[in-house]
Amino acid sequence: MSIFQAIRMALVSILSSKMRSFLTMLGIIIGVTSVTMLVSIAQGTSQSVTSKISDMGSTLLTCRITSDDVPDIKLDDLMTLEGKGSVSLVAPMLSSSVTAKGNDETYSTTIQGTTPEYLEIEGLSVADGRFFNEVDQEYKNYVCVIGTDVAENLFSTRNCVGNSIEVSGKKFLIIGVLTYSGSDTSGSKDDCIIIPFTTAQRLLKESDITQFYASATSSGTVDAAQQTLEAYLYDLTADEDSYSVYSETEVLDTMSSVTNTLSLMLGGIASISLLVGGIGIMNIMLVSVSERTREIGIRKSIGAKKRNILTQFLVEALTLSVIGGLIGLILGKIGIVAAAILMDSELSMSIPVALAAMGFSVVIGIVFGLYPASKAARLKPIEALRYE
Amino acid sequence: MPEDNEMITMRNISKTYVIGEEPLHVLKDVSLCVERSDFLAIIGPSGSGKSTLMNIIGCLDTPDEGEYLLDGQDVTTRSDNELSAIRNRKIGFIFQQFNLLGKLSALDNAALPLIYQGVLPREAKKRAAEALEKVGLADRMKHRPNELSGGQQQRVAIARALITNPALLLADEPTGNLDSKSGREIMGILHGLHAAGNTIVLITHDEKIASEAPKRVLIRDGVVTPYSDEEPKDATKKEGGVTA
Repeated sequence: MSIFQAIRMALVSILSSKMRSFLTMLGIIIGVTSVTMLVSIAQGTSQSVTSKISDMGSTLLTCRITSDDVPDIKLDDLMTLEGKGSVSLVAPMLSSSVTAKGNDETYSTTIQGTTPEYLEIEGLSVADGRFFNEVDQEYKNYVCVIGTDVAENLFSTRNCVGNSIEVSGKKFLIIGVLTYSGSDTSGSKDDCIIIPFTTAQRLLKESDITQFYASATSSGTVDAAQQTLEAYLYDLTADEDSYSVYSETEVLDTMSSVTNTLSLMLGGIASISLLVGGIGIMNIMLVSVSERTREIGIRKSIGAKKRNILTQFLVEALTLSVIGGLIGLILGKIGIVAAAILMDSELSMSIPVALAAMGFSVVIGIVFGLYPASKAARLKPIEALRYE
Repeated sequence: MPEDNEMITMRNISKTYVIGEEPLHVLKDVSLCVERSDFLAIIGPSGSGKSTLMNIIGCLDTPDEGEYLLDGQDVTTRSDNELSAIRNRKIGFIFQQFNLLGKLSALDNAALPLIYQGVLPREAKKRAAEALEKVGLADRMKHRPNELSGGQQQRVAIARALITNPALLLADEPTGNLDSKSGREIMGILHGLHAAGNTIVLITHDEKIASEAPKRVLIRDGVVTPYSDEEPKDATKKEGGVTA
């Protein structure tokens, strides 16, 4: 008897009790749907985060002074780093959470004081207006460049160059709006107000530089630039625990290990529902074997061997789990598309995960089908024929 | 050695069931011989061991003691799988309950033994269609058993039994669930098959049906004896627990 015959037989039997077959499959359907959806969403989110980060420029280096107990870095001193070794540009950063007022609206955001080099280091661009320059820096002008979120929340439009916003009682003229980046990570440049560093020092009454950004001359020299920066900071502080220098690749690595753990966890939880689905299949197959004892007796009396009966019931369990798995994949795909629209991000079903979920449901079909099938195969024909 | 002419050779077959603590000797030292192209009726009341004998003849069960040669082959010491293959190739069953598969059409039911032989479905169905035509069901092939009358169902069962060209047709009360007209039709088919050279063993409690067979034996209390018409007809029920 060929496997196609066995599959055909299984389909006849499955279709003859559609409701029961559907309920049996439901466990597998839910399992596969949730595995594919959850893992794809986790992976998709991680991908969009990492691609946004790598868009930011792979030459970016972030430096932080983590100890209060070290000498101050002065701006002029910091600027000597520019051009040193593989370091290309340097920009200090003073930031604070503030509430901005403008156009009778208020909005909580971050204010960042930096130098004009920051634009290039971060790989940002101005969509409308201009970024501030050395002159603004020199004269501590109250000018600002804002992200699109700030613009939309205060002025309901991105075209707000020339308007003013008020921060901590000071009026800032908006001279530029940044290009929309679409990043949904924390610290997104869509949601910030950038002002000249000197202005920020005055506004925030803070002169110390505790954070600055630098760029390497090229993506190939990031490690060298990182060493230069670390050497500079070590010379300054004489304590290697009082500062840190991150490159984007390190951030990416951390990020992806976090999201991988997350995917595994979600996948693991969803796999449990697959397992429960498998138990459902075993349950219904056992019922089916005892209901069809007479059928088994008839088949055996006309020449079915143990193997034939085993194959028949195993293929039936397998068909249930495979059809369930396929329906689950389709629902998972629909769910992912829906989630992508709702979350406004690019999600796609991961092929390896889809294959793994499918493979897992096949394994479950075999494992949980084997016991009922071998029970059926072992039935004695005369006893089975006598069964009413 | 049995003569080549013998389809069934049974020597000193015994079968004992243990029900509770009591051993129950269902068959006692049964010897039976059926020649090729014979038509033998085994007559017995319920509880006589008739069903057990038929199960052993049909290789659905094995005897505890004795020798059974079917078509020259010793079948007493075979594994379950070997017995399945023997049933498939050597024996065509015709049961009182028809024993058709309710989910399959007449055609698929009749083709099933060939499917288990590994015959390709197309070929199997072709031969099943021929077998169904032989029993007069050419126009009912796509019907399921529950759409057929009892007589028609039994004819499907006969087609299924014939499809493998078995050495032996084993009919267990083939008319027991049929009205007398359908019963006569089925017996007519059996007579036709006998005339065509098939070996038939008919098991029944009905002496009227049995009288149609050229050869007859009686089984009573697990003992097989030659049948004569003068035999007392009050088949008393004994040895409760075993139903025939």
